[in-house]
Amino acid sequence: MLITCPYCGPRDVSEFAYQGDGNRSRPDPSSTDLAAWNAYVYDRLNPAGAHNEIWQHAGGCRAHLAVVRDTLSHEISSVRFAREKGAPAHGRRKSGAKP
Amino acid sequence: MAEYSAFSLLRNALSGNRDWKPAWRKPSPKASYDVVVIGGGGHGLSTAYYLAKEHGITNVAVLEKGYLGSGNVGRNTTAVRSNYLLPQNTRFYEHSMKMWENLSHELNYNVMFSQRGVLNLAHTPGQLDDLARKGNAMRHLGVDADLMTPAQIGRRVPGLDMSQSARFPIYGGLIQESAGTARHDAVAWGYARGADRRGVDIIENCEVTGFLRDGDRVTGVTTSRGEIRAKKIAVAVAGSTGRVMQLAGIERMPIESHVLQAFVSESLKPFLDTVVTFGMGHFYVGQSDKGGLIYGGDLDGYNSYAQRGSLPIVEEVMSEMLALFPSLATVRVLRSWGGVCDMSMDGSPIIATGPLPGMYLNCGWCYGGFKATPASGFCFAHTIARDAPHELNAPFTLDRFSRGTVIDDKGQGPTPRMH
Repeated sequence: MLITCPYCGPRDVSEFAYQGDGNRSRPDPSSTDLAAWNAYVYDRLNPAGAHNEIWQHAGGCRAHLAVVRDTLSHEISSVRFAREKGAPAHGRRKSGAKP
Repeated sequence: MAEYSAFSLLRNALSGNRDWKPAWRKPSPKASYDVVVIGGGGHGLSTAYYLAKEHGITNVAVLEKGYLGSGNVGRNTTAVRSNYLLPQNTRFYEHSMKMWENLSHELNYNVMFSQRGVLNLAHTPGQLDDLARKGNAMRHLGVDADLMTPAQIGRRVPGLDMSQSARFPIYGGLIQESAGTARHDAVAWGYARGADRRGVDIIENCEVTGFLRDGDRVTGVTTSRGEIRAKKIAVAVAGSTGRVMQLAGIERMPIESHVLQAFVSESLKPFLDTVVTFGMGHFYVGQSDKGGLIYGGDLDGYNSYAQRGSLPIVEEVMSEMLALFPSLATVRVLRSWGGVCDMSMDGSPIIATGPLPGMYLNCGWCYGGFKATPASGFCFAHTIARDAPHELNAPFTLDRFSRGTVIDDKGQGPTPRMH
């Protein structure tokens, strides 16, 4: 499997570290909503098909990447920097949350 | 009279082997059943078997989307063990071990259960301390476990590189002598025949495409072979848990599906009479009665429903094997394949009622489901028949994650690919 890093170009999957499901968004740190925290920590969409996920180019530019990959065919349809606006918000606060 | 015996072999030989009955019928699905089990793998078949045998519930259908044995029950590396640290896991898997010891007799089907031992290697003093702790935890619950010195390991497994110049010199190990291997296809076929002879309909090539609902309650399934109604619907679909639960409208589960690869080498003369696991990586190897080495390693490491893996793990598994057994460098690989594992958030399974009324759930086996096959079916059948868990599966609830009672044997936290 090759992942085309937007900075480094196409590289072997062994250069990348899988950071997991990109569909989750972390509740605001001050939130006491247990159901929301439970869902963030434990619940996964786990689709058979297109999957939003986060990878890090750990053996290269070390950028965090938002990847859309098909879990049935392993085909990658989109790679972009996770910091880009609109990328799946893994590990980030919900948009609109106070800083 | 047992269906398979020396006498029946002789009788059928004399009559030209024309009178053998197929091991299971090929019935068309009925319109309704008392229990429908989704998934004709080891766990689904053993569940149907124990529903019929232990609870007298014989109006049961097992729905399998492919053919029997096409999923994980025919894709695992056949190891059977109960070497866990936490008591919930140890009790459950040791119960399974006790069932394995009598399984060929129970099913009147030779599952070739061979208690040849499983040896975990340690390569550092810290690892050996950790194995000693685990061994003590096991012995505390009545499971056998013995620490081995390098000299003992060298005598037991002559093929291992015991030298100090090995990439990771072997410092010691922990062996569970009662652990071993079984022939995985025979387990599926034996349970299938046992269930079939008690009246269970095993329906192959029957894919579930949706659930029939009455409010929250599930009342049946739509399948590629028509609608089937049932009072109780049991889901035992391992790696497909996410897909099937989404058909029931449950979008998210504490499960990720990952692919695990396995390998078989060409046949060799017997040289390995136990199962060996590597301590400095993720690698395990045994030798089948036919002579082929059966071995595997870590998950590919990213979500996958493809029953095939990629090359970096192939390379890693081969290099780990050669770190332990340099003499295998010229042995050729015969076959490799992948299986989809239902990795749970704490590495332990879920056998429970729910999450919807009328539904029962069996999943989260990670890559250790094969050894659990007898106890999983036994406990799941109990849970379905009584609407309450058996004491052995009472800890394996779906809500343990939100309740804070996770059973995390490795202490890895909610990162499923690490379990």
